[in-house]
Amino acid sequence: MLWPLFLLVTAIHAELCQPDAENAFKVRLSIKTALGDKAYAWDINEEYLFRAMVAFSMRKVPKRETTEIAHVLLCNVTQRVSFWFVVTDPSKNHTLPAAEIQSAIRMNRNRINNAFSLSDQTLEFLKIPSTLAPPMDPSVPIWIIIFGVIFCIIIVATTLLILSGIWQSRRKNMEPSEMVDTEDKRENMITVENGIPCDSLDAKGGHINDAFMTEDERLTPL
Amino acid sequence: MEKARPQWANPLQFVFACISYAVGLGNVWRFPYLCQMYGGGSFLIPYLIMLVVEGMPLLYMELAVGQRMRQGSIGAWRTISPYLGGVGVASVLVSFFLSMYYNVINAWAFWYLFHSFQNPLPWSVCPLNGNRTGYDAECEAASSTQYFWYRKTLNISPSIQESGAVQWEPALCLILAWLVVYLCILRGTESTGKVEQLANPRTWINAATQIFFSLGLGFGSLIAFASYNEPSNDCQKHAIIVSLINSATSIFASIVTFSIYGFKATFNYENCLNKMILLLTNSFDLEDGFLTASNLEQVKDHLASAYPSKYSEVLPYIKNCSLESELDTAVQGTGLAFIVYSEAIKNMEVSQLWSVLYFFMLLMLGIGSMLGNTAAILTPLTDSKVISSHLPKEVISGLVCLISCAVGMLFTMEAGNYWFDIFNDYAATLSLLLIVLVETIAVCYVYGLRRFESDLKAMTGRALSWYWKVMWAGVSPLLIVSLFAFYLSDYILSGTLRYQAWDAFQGQLVTKDYPAYALAVIGLLVASSTMCIPLGALGTFITRHLKRGDPAPVA
Repeated sequence: MLWPLFLLVTAIHAELCQPDAENAFKVRLSIKTALGDKAYAWDINEEYLFRAMVAFSMRKVPKRETTEIAHVLLCNVTQRVSFWFVVTDPSKNHTLPAAEIQSAIRMNRNRINNAFSLSDQTLEFLKIPSTLAPPMDPSVPIWIIIFGVIFCIIIVATTLLILSGIWQSRRKNMEPSEMVDTEDKRENMITVENGIPCDSLDAKGGHINDAFMTEDERLTPL
Repeated sequence: MEKARPQWANPLQFVFACISYAVGLGNVWRFPYLCQMYGGGSFLIPYLIMLVVEGMPLLYMELAVGQRMRQGSIGAWRTISPYLGGVGVASVLVSFFLSMYYNVINAWAFWYLFHSFQNPLPWSVCPLNGNRTGYDAECEAASSTQYFWYRKTLNISPSIQESGAVQWEPALCLILAWLVVYLCILRGTESTGKVEQLANPRTWINAATQIFFSLGLGFGSLIAFASYNEPSNDCQKHAIIVSLINSATSIFASIVTFSIYGFKATFNYENCLNKMILLLTNSFDLEDGFLTASNLEQVKDHLASAYPSKYSEVLPYIKNCSLESELDTAVQGTGLAFIVYSEAIKNMEVSQLWSVLYFFMLLMLGIGSMLGNTAAILTPLTDSKVISSHLPKEVISGLVCLISCAVGMLFTMEAGNYWFDIFNDYAATLSLLLIVLVETIAVCYVYGLRRFESDLKAMTGRALSWYWKVMWAGVSPLLIVSLFAFYLSDYILSGTLRYQAWDAFQGQLVTKDYPAYALAVIGLLVASSTMCIPLGALGTFITRHLKRGDPAPVA
């Protein structure tokens, strides 16, 4: 007597949960990729756990606290492992809206992942985008700190070099100051050669050939 | 009495300065690219032939001129002939153009260096998009390293017309780079001596060009360095040493670069395979782990025959992964240094260490070459009595650095990289060929080869070998003329000039035409330096003519 009822229920289930059905989501697991040797086989017990996690997530949604595991339907399980699921309301005639399921799963994504020892990439809910963890953002970017350090070192080194150059030239200026007095007297007299001041001979007409102004004279000075 | 000219502390300092100038970024990012494009190992043959026939003779000639004339480029050429002062001015102008844009590379190297102290490396992960559901769209379309280069470093605009604003981050790095250069040149050049397809005619042309520019001929830097030598210095030996070390560095750098190419190609190939496996596994709901690299092809054929309709849906997304095609992609220039290398580094173990070492190396290469460039500009300026009598050396150096830095801010704008490419491709190429050609002809025919030979003999005490004489008088000028003619005809025949612009939506480079004002700038760059030579000669001619017109002094 119960058989026709059972058949009716499974028939309704089959209609509600179908690939690309309204409010249905596809789930894809890559257990071998994630765990390698420690991969577990996907069987009906794992499916039960999954349905429990989805029911748990739905229970956290206001007005859906009465969701039971039996309300979560799975279908089309493949080798991949992938399957479709829907969540029905207590009357088991309608499926819950996709938006509610989406937000519920997103809120509890971490818990669901951890239950299966998987991650966002290896346990995929197609059409439910996961919130990615933002990269670490320090208040002061690290590069500015290093830039500041190097910048200060360079400024200090440059200032030191410039200042030491100024000190050195001041020291040089102080030494020959005694000798300058005697030379000044000589410079005030204009040297005259053949009645022509030597300065004017220098300025006009003569070209200075730089190639001959070498310091290391190979010939001894006359 | 002439103020004593500063000198190198010992000949080794001079050699190291020349090496650090000649060994630059071109050894790392240009030579390996040329090797790959023109037949791999067989490129070495034209390269070495050009080294011996063109590179060494011209290098020796520049060093000898500097050592003999004991002045920077302007004074040296004016001494050879008063009409050739323009050659020196052209050299200084080209060096000035180079220093304006070259230091931007150092700024980028600093930027990457400072960003290497993070875990994970910032160019290894894509940033998240607005609502944190996925990665940034541009980063998805391109790759994380390309995104970091084009968006975070350059913040590049879609075309050269859209200039955008000056980006403060690269501007800061540029200021730092110029401060470092100023620090090094502050004490004068003596402190820069730090411890430093055969049948295809294009192959030979590229070998000749590479040697030419790799040694840094024609900028006046070598003349400037050599002018601080003792007259008796054996510059022949040094010329050979510097050119051999420069080439050895190029070859060594290409070994490293090829291994990086191989690493990157293998990594990308395996990535591509994994993507294809995932695509097929998900589309056909195959068992996880069933598809591997070895059975991929068989399974693809099986699926194509078993589920033809579904397979045809997936077909547009299927790529044929091939190691050869990955190896064939060769990149040169900033793309190699900042994208390919950083991508390879991010996949290595302890990537922060390799990253710091690599960008530090780039910095050393770049700053070494910058010091040579600034020496080429500063030596004629400090030699000139007009300028050096009014301003001390530190102020002249500071002014040159400040002006170059200010103009260099142009390259930190959003469209800056496009202007950088313009300067990189056109500021130095044609003008240098002409400058070196005029230099060679000036030394051999205007000054007189015999006179120069006897000068050298008196200076160094060694006779000039017949080999150098033949090269200087005949072979090298002919080579340069043919290079020059080839490039001119190439520019004329290829019609309008085009450039590669970054398209943010597609995540790749697209080719665009230069606007009119960019072409005008290119023309101005080439013309301004080449015109210095005839204008200098003309100027001297006019001043001499006017002087002859003056009444003779009273005797």
